[in-house]
Amino acid sequence: MSESLSLSGLPIGAAATVIAVDAAEPLGTRLRDLGLHPGTKVICLRRAPLGDPRIYELRGVQLCLRGSEARKVRVSADD
Amino acid sequence: MTEAVVQPTLRLGLVGSPNSGKTTLFNALTGLRAKVGNYPGVTVERREGTARLDGQTVRVIDLPGTYGLEPMSPDEAVVSRVLAGEVADVAPPDALVVTVDACAISRSLGFVAELINQDLPTCLVLTMTDELQARGGKLDLDRLRAALGIPVLGVVGHRGIGLDFLRQLLARPSAWERPPIPPPRDAEERHAWCESVLERVLLRAPGRDSWTEQIDRVVLHPLGGTALFIAVMVLFFQLIFAWATPAMDAIDAGMNVLASGVRAALPPGLLADFLSDGLIAGVGSVVIFLPQITLLFGLLYLLEDVGYMARAAFVVDRLMARIGLEGRAFVALLSSYACAIPGIMAARTVPSPRQRLVTILVAPLMTCSARLPVYALLIAAFVPNTTVLGGLLGLQGLVLLGLYLLGAVTALMAAALLSRFVVGHASLPFVLELPPYRMPRFRLWIGQVWGAASSFLRRAGTIILLVSIVLWGLLTYPRVEAPAGASQVEANRYALEHSAAGSLGRAIEPAIAPLGFDWKIGVGLVASLAAREVIVATLAQVYAASEEDGTSLRNAIREDVDPRSGERVFTPASVASLLIFFVFALQCMSTLAVMRRETNSWRWPAFAFAYLFGLAYGASFLTYRIVSAFTA
Repeated sequence: MSESLSLSGLPIGAAATVIAVDAAEPLGTRLRDLGLHPGTKVICLRRAPLGDPRIYELRGVQLCLRGSEARKVRVSADD
Repeated sequence: MTEAVVQPTLRLGLVGSPNSGKTTLFNALTGLRAKVGNYPGVTVERREGTARLDGQTVRVIDLPGTYGLEPMSPDEAVVSRVLAGEVADVAPPDALVVTVDACAISRSLGFVAELINQDLPTCLVLTMTDELQARGGKLDLDRLRAALGIPVLGVVGHRGIGLDFLRQLLARPSAWERPPIPPPRDAEERHAWCESVLERVLLRAPGRDSWTEQIDRVVLHPLGGTALFIAVMVLFFQLIFAWATPAMDAIDAGMNVLASGVRAALPPGLLADFLSDGLIAGVGSVVIFLPQITLLFGLLYLLEDVGYMARAAFVVDRLMARIGLEGRAFVALLSSYACAIPGIMAARTVPSPRQRLVTILVAPLMTCSARLPVYALLIAAFVPNTTVLGGLLGLQGLVLLGLYLLGAVTALMAAALLSRFVVGHASLPFVLELPPYRMPRFRLWIGQVWGAASSFLRRAGTIILLVSIVLWGLLTYPRVEAPAGASQVEANRYALEHSAAGSLGRAIEPAIAPLGFDWKIGVGLVASLAAREVIVATLAQVYAASEEDGTSLRNAIREDVDPRSGERVFTPASVASLLIFFVFALQCMSTLAVMRRETNSWRWPAFAFAYLFGLAYGASFLTYRIVSAFTA
């Protein structure tokens, strides 16, 4: 298991596993509703031309999140 | 009279996440005949329709798309409040139909559990099961049915396969299986429960859609994607700015032919005047918007159905985030450059009700094409036709560009301020799903475009028609005959001067004098409520200039002298002031009518009119003062 980083810091193309969602409410509930639970596998697919937002693939869905939200999700990079 | 015992109509609530195929299912069940309104107090669209299911009439309520039931904002709380029966005038549904994209089952099961816990008969419709299969995924529906304890039905979203069986099932919720043990209510326990159900039923998670992956490599490429985005936006702009024009000209010409036909067929008098100048012209002022609306929504819905609009929002989101909006507001604001009417309607594609409202409120600041004739007249009459910067740029063009920029910059600032202080920031994060690319469905697309056009005609068109007839009345009555021997243009001028609008122009003169406007501009401002460019024709009438000849009006306003002071009416200061007034003021009752239709209350159009009028008045006043000081 590698060290933890925030989802927003995940390099393009890298896969990771969610460790925790550290967001205050209501953001925390919303991120969990979107499928970000501890143990969820996430892949960062690409970023927008201006750097933000980014597209993540999780639970069969391609989801676009801004850095301000993705920062609140702690993940560990998969090897 | 005896009261018949009527079986109360069964009410089915349709619940699901955005992109879950909920609206497609709603349309398939109700055949696009939805009654659209708003939920009280929020700008959240309320859609209800009637479906014939297995010989029975059922009311279907399309609840707003949401990812969970926990109320997060007043707008989002609508779903849980409707289910709890807390919304006035909306009876809670008798049963729930939950739509879930089969590929997103892993994400959506927690929401399904929350809905099962509502203790209503619930059934699950898994949409796009064909896509799951195409992406190599596999789900055991029988096991899912057993695990959830509710009816589960898979449908092939777009081709209606499975719908007949679904109709039979939906007709009898009382016969639906109910879970012996409901799912856990605690969030963490619920998640563990979902994971265990998924383990049993999701035999193979779907992979990526290979087509989508290939296409996105180009469409979302940092350079290629940006270029494509700009090209698509240029196409939008071109569509409503240029390509709608022939149809609009044809409508204009057709209405003129019709009006002169009526005039020729009827004896001169009140009836002929009313029919040709009031009614037919009024109908024309409604129908004239249809080319822009159908073209804009034709392209918008096509790109939406294909899956491009979400990608466009992704590409441009960073820019819009700076003003508190999100990517999807971009098209609405861009369209407003042609006309605020289709622009305001396009704000429907913004999912956050608050951001949609902000978009609607700032759209009138984008320089619409109706302002162009006004700018053109004033600039041609008063800005010298010289070049600046060593012959590189024409001064007239530069002034026009400045007016466009002033509108755009103000719109962006107003958006930032409104979302901070008036409407409130969206408390929810920006969330955007990128659906796989799909083939558009022609019938659905036609239905969507027709829905946009017909809702405009029914809901906004009636108001526009009424107001334009009232304005015509104000400009025509009371009718005072011109002195004998006056020429036709003189008679027209005399009639306008003595009309109610003429009196109104004089009445508001004290109020607009600080802006440098006299009563003649006042009449023009009253008339321009019908549409901004009408001020040009009205000024032509006031100045008894023949309309066909643009130069005569230009010369007339240049040389007009105030009989009391002996000074020119149009000074550099008053012209600058009038231009600035047109940049800001919401002088367009069609825009107000569409705002009323889209927000379902007069509150927001009234607010928009007030803040834009205040802005226009203040800015014109300052402009008049400053330019006067410099040119005195």
